[in-house]
Amino acid sequence: MNTGSNNTPEASVDPQPIAVQPLAATRPFYWSVRRELWENKSIYMAPLIAACVALFGFGITAFRLPQLRMNALALESARQRSAIEVPYDIAALMIMFTVFIVGIFYCLDSLHGERRDRSILFWKSLPVSDRTAVLSKLFVPMALLPVITFVVVIATQLIMLLLSTAVLLPSGLAGTTWNLLPWPRLAAMLLYGLVTSALWEAPLFGWLLLVSSWAKRAAFLWAVLPWLAISAIEKLAFDTTYFSRMLVHRLTGGFEVGFVVVKYPKGAHVPIVDRLTHFDPLKFLTNPGLWIGLLIAAAFIVAAVRLRRSRGPL
Amino acid sequence: MPCIEARGLRKTFGSTVALDGINLRVDEGRILGLIGPNGAGKSTALNALLGLTPFEGHLKVLGRDPWNDRDQLMREVCFIADVAVLPRWMRVSQALDYVAGVHPRFDRQKAEAFLARTEIKQTSKVRQLSKGMVAQLHLALVMAIDARLLVLDEPTLGLDILYRKQFYDSLLNDYFDHTRTIVVTTHQVEEIQGVLTDLMFINHGRIVLECTMEQFEARYVEVMVNPDHLAEAEALKPIHTRQMFGRSIMLFDNVPHEDLAGLGEIRTPSIADLFVAVMGPESEAGGQRKN
Repeated sequence: MNTGSNNTPEASVDPQPIAVQPLAATRPFYWSVRRELWENKSIYMAPLIAACVALFGFGITAFRLPQLRMNALALESARQRSAIEVPYDIAALMIMFTVFIVGIFYCLDSLHGERRDRSILFWKSLPVSDRTAVLSKLFVPMALLPVITFVVVIATQLIMLLLSTAVLLPSGLAGTTWNLLPWPRLAAMLLYGLVTSALWEAPLFGWLLLVSSWAKRAAFLWAVLPWLAISAIEKLAFDTTYFSRMLVHRLTGGFEVGFVVVKYPKGAHVPIVDRLTHFDPLKFLTNPGLWIGLLIAAAFIVAAVRLRRSRGPL
Repeated sequence: MPCIEARGLRKTFGSTVALDGINLRVDEGRILGLIGPNGAGKSTALNALLGLTPFEGHLKVLGRDPWNDRDQLMREVCFIADVAVLPRWMRVSQALDYVAGVHPRFDRQKAEAFLARTEIKQTSKVRQLSKGMVAQLHLALVMAIDARLLVLDEPTLGLDILYRKQFYDSLLNDYFDHTRTIVVTTHQVEEIQGVLTDLMFINHGRIVLECTMEQFEARYVEVMVNPDHLAEAEALKPIHTRQMFGRSIMLFDNVPHEDLAGLGEIRTPSIADLFVAVMGPESEAGGQRKN
C-alpha cells in the first residue's frame, strides 16, 4: 500500500453515514425543472427581450400618441377600437411568437444536447428516472413557457397602458384608452388562449422531444423534413393540401380552437375581441383533434422516455 | 448478499460481441480493478452494471436489476464516467443544489468541506475549471453521497500526476471504509496497484484473469535473472520474458519462491507487467486480437 494512508489525516472528512431523509416524489421533478432554467436562460430572457423591443417601439410612437389618438377617434367604432388595441396586440404577439420559437428550439435541443456534451452520464448517475427527466423537459413548453408568457405580456401591456396614460394626460385623452381598450378581457383571452394553445400544440412538443432523443445530428432537419415530404407527396400524388393545412392548423390554431370565431374579409380592421367573440371551452373539449393530438403527444413522449433510457453520449 | 453478481452476462452490438458470457461476483468492501485493452468490453460491462445498456443473462447489483431499476439503484450507486461529463454551463453551487435536491443520501456539508480544501470557487462555472478541478468537483459530489457501490470508469483520464495521486488518496482516505465497494477501470494501472483488493483482466469480452491482490502477490513473481542461471530459469517456464539493461526479466506463475530465489533478484511484478504478459501480442489471451 503505497497510496499514503498517512497523508493529510486532518483533512479527512468523517465518513459517518448520513441520515437518509425521505424525499418527496416530486422533488426530483422540481429540481429537474429548475436545472432546465439554469441551463436555458432563454426561457425567460427571450420573452423579456421581446418585451423590451415592444416597449421600445411603443415608446418611439409615444410622442406622436396624442395626434394618433385624435385620428383614431375620428374613425368608426370598430376601427377606432382596433386602432387603439393594435399596439397591445402586437406586443402580445411578439412575445408569444418569441416564446413559441424558444419552445421549439428548447425541445429540439433538450435531449440532444445532453448526449452531445456527454452530461447525460452525469444526469443518469443520479436517482432521477428517465420519465422524470423527459417530463420535466415537456413541462417547460407546456406549462412554464405559457406562465412566463402571461406574466411578461401582462406586465408589458400594463407598462404600455401607464405610458399612454401619462402621455395622453395633458391632452385630456387619457380616459379614451381605458374606455376603449377592453384590457381585462384581453388578459382573460390571453390566459385562456395560452392554455388551449399549450394543449393543442402538445403533439408538436412531443414530436420535437422524440426527435431530440433519437437524432444523432441535424435534429432540426429530422423534425421538419418528414412533414414537408408528406405534404409534398400529397400535393404531387393527389394535388390536394389536406395534410399541410392540418399542419398549419396545428401550429397556428391554438387560440382559434378555444373561441367562437367570426370570419371577416381579409384586411378588415377589426379588433381581436370582435374576431374571437366568445370563450368556447365546450367546443374546445369536444374537438376530436384535441384528443387525438394529446394521444399522439403521449405516444411521442413514451417513445422519447424509452429512447432516453437506452441512448448514451453521442 | 454480494454487491454485484453476474452470470452469463452477454452483450452484442450487431455481430460484435462486447461481453461474451461473463460470470462475476464482487462482495461488499472490495476494490476491484477491471483492466483490459481498448475495446475489451470494460465500458460495456460497467454500462450494464449501471443500467445504461440492456444486456442478456443474469445481473444483479445490490439485489436490483440495473436496466429496469436504474433510478432506484442510483440511490445507492455512484459513478464517475470520466472527467468530461459534468455539464459545462453549471455553476459549482448549482451542482451542489441539484444533487442535494434529487439525492436522498447526499451530505452537502461534506461536499462543501471537500471543496473548501481545493481552489474551486462555488460561483465558478464548470467550463471555467481546469480538467483536474472538474475531476475534484465530481469527486466531491460523489464522496458526499453515502453510496454502497462506486463505479469509476477512467476517472483520472487526462489529469496530471498530482491530480491523479490526490484523486486516489482522497478516495482511500476520505471515502473508502470497507463497507463500500469500488469498481474501477483505468489504463494507468501502476497508480491503482496499491489501491486494489481484487484484480480482473478482461479481453474480447471475456474474463482472462481473476484474483485477489493477495493471490496476485503469492502467485506471480518477477525475477531479474543472473546471466549464469538463464537456462535454469527457462526450464521453469516463465510466462513472459523481457529484456532490460541487457538482463532477462522473467515472470513466473505459480512457481515456488524458493526455486526462484537462487536465480536472481526477486520481486512482485507490477500489474502492468502482468498485463503485458497475459494480454501482450505473443500471449494466448492477447494473440487473438485482430488489429
